Amino acid sequence: MAKYITKRVLLAIVTLFVLTSVVFVLVRLMPGDPFTSDKMTPEIKANLEAYYGLDKPLPVQYVTYMKNVLRGDLGYSMKYEGRTVNRIIAESFPYSADLGVRALCFAFFFGIILGIIAALNRGKKLDFVCILIAIIGTSIPDFIMGSLLQYFFGIKWGLLPVAQYTSFKHTIMPAIAVGFYTLASVSRLMRSSMLEVVTSDYTKTARAKGLSEFRVTFKHQIRNAITPIITIMGPTVASVLTGTFVIEALFAIPGMGRYYVESINMNDYTMVLGMTIFYGAFLVIAILVVDILYGIVDPRIRLSGKKR
Amino acid sequence: MAEITRDKFKVIGKNLKSMESISRPNIGYWQDAWRRIRKNKIAFFSLCLIGLYILLAIFAPMFSKYNFASQSVEEMNQSFSSAHWFGTDSLGRDLWVRAWMGARVSFTIGFAASIINACVGSVMGGISGFYGGKVDMLIQRIVDVLYGIPSMIVTILLMLVVGNGVHSLILAMCCVGWIGSCRFVRGEVLKLRESDFVAAAKVLGVPDIVIIVKHILPNIMGLIITNLTMAIPGAIFQEAFLSYIGLGIKPPGCSWGVLAKDGIAQLRIHPYQVVVPAVLICTTMLALNLLGDGLRDAFDPKLRGTD
Repeated sequence: MAKYITKRVLLAIVTLFVLTSVVFVLVRLMPGDPFTSDKMTPEIKANLEAYYGLDKPLPVQYVTYMKNVLRGDLGYSMKYEGRTVNRIIAESFPYSADLGVRALCFAFFFGIILGIIAALNRGKKLDFVCILIAIIGTSIPDFIMGSLLQYFFGIKWGLLPVAQYTSFKHTIMPAIAVGFYTLASVSRLMRSSMLEVVTSDYTKTARAKGLSEFRVTFKHQIRNAITPIITIMGPTVASVLTGTFVIEALFAIPGMGRYYVESINMNDYTMVLGMTIFYGAFLVIAILVVDILYGIVDPRIRLSGKKR
Repeated sequence: MAEITRDKFKVIGKNLKSMESISRPNIGYWQDAWRRIRKNKIAFFSLCLIGLYILLAIFAPMFSKYNFASQSVEEMNQSFSSAHWFGTDSLGRDLWVRAWMGARVSFTIGFAASIINACVGSVMGGISGFYGGKVDMLIQRIVDVLYGIPSMIVTILLMLVVGNGVHSLILAMCCVGWIGSCRFVRGEVLKLRESDFVAAAKVLGVPDIVIIVKHILPNIMGLIITNLTMAIPGAIFQEAFLSYIGLGIKPPGCSWGVLAKDGIAQLRIHPYQVVVPAVLICTTMLALNLLGDGLRDAFDPKLRGTD
């Protein structure tokens, strides 16, 4: 196990290093620069470039930047005057995280329940309904889902607020829009994993012991069927994060996704770099934690690790 | 009890020819898969729907009197009518033609990106799995690192560097998109490499390239095609997402993502404008996903004869 964790951590560090370097180069290759505007004179531009260290050769900039990143300093934004990237992230990330966590809770809770219901009613109408929801969920892009929700629940029936993010009511629609795709994939996985468990020998043993159907389902089947769900948690975090990009714009939520898209359009080098590194680090660590968790939860993986 | 004597038996001989003859026509792997996909009503319907969409995407813009980019002030925001089957948008452009022009772009990107990814991934995964050793180590380390990087972020940044347009979209999607099929093909090749028929071929002195092309590839082709089908909706999805945040196709060009974006802007006043792209995107995704499910069953030899 220790060897497995060390290997994974090392890989994560290399990944982060490659990510940072690639993004650094790509951002500098972007056409245009952050200081273009009508009133800009060459002198002011030169001053600004000197201020942000853009006049130095690229390798020097790279080394300076990497040193700062290691210290956790992502630099100053080039468009939002006087604000550091760290501060902007600190202000906007809570909104994105809040939305992401709500979406994940919604998706996993209802996805698992749907999967269980479908598997326990295999071949019946209820199973068909659950599969239908799952297929529809994987077929609707999140921004269409979001705008449809907005139209029906917000505008037509006036049940929920259309935009902004201030109370629980405001969070319902964005969370559903972000989480619906994940809900669908979770329920599909849960259904197939439950179906495997339902026909297993230990289920037969549990029934033969005379346990009540309730205990068989909850103590024996669900507990075993739920472990594979953990494997998709890593990729899920990634898809939820990209989902928040659009949904934040759609529902006017002041989260990171909105800043990210804005900074890309304004060529704000430091912001794009800083936020990409933050996103990347967040994802890499999330996937790392999920992988290690899976090793701890599922004894089979732990054992196969030892053999090697 | 009657006595059993020799003369009670008669030698009728056996007709070796009739025993060896095959009573039913031979069915190959592909014919069998095609037969099974036709029997699967849902998958076959999906296949027909996608075929219809592709035909419409090719011919609908050709036979319409409207141009996808020409604007008309008198005909702004009209709902469905006999003149404009899908209505017109806020600039008076005919949505029927725009929808199918968008389909051209979306399908081109979806198919091209998925096919390129599948090819590159299969070659890399095949080499990595078949030869093992140092080559495998090298490719797998690259894959491990790239797999950890969120693909959407790389795609967004690449789009910024190479600029907007269909070609750059495909290029950006392909830079990281091959990782998935590479991992999966490598796993399959690793399994097959140890199989008896590959060992037999090796003993007979068949060159590596022939083993890969003639013995291993046909065995994983079904899986590759299934994965390819499942990857197309993902690519169309990604194009829609990128166009939606303003990084995909630039006006006056259009794709389903652009149409959805324009439609959502008009959601409050003219909701029908979002209905057309939404229905087209969703039904295409649905059809491709269902077709993928059907293909997986059709290509699975374990399910052969169960229907």
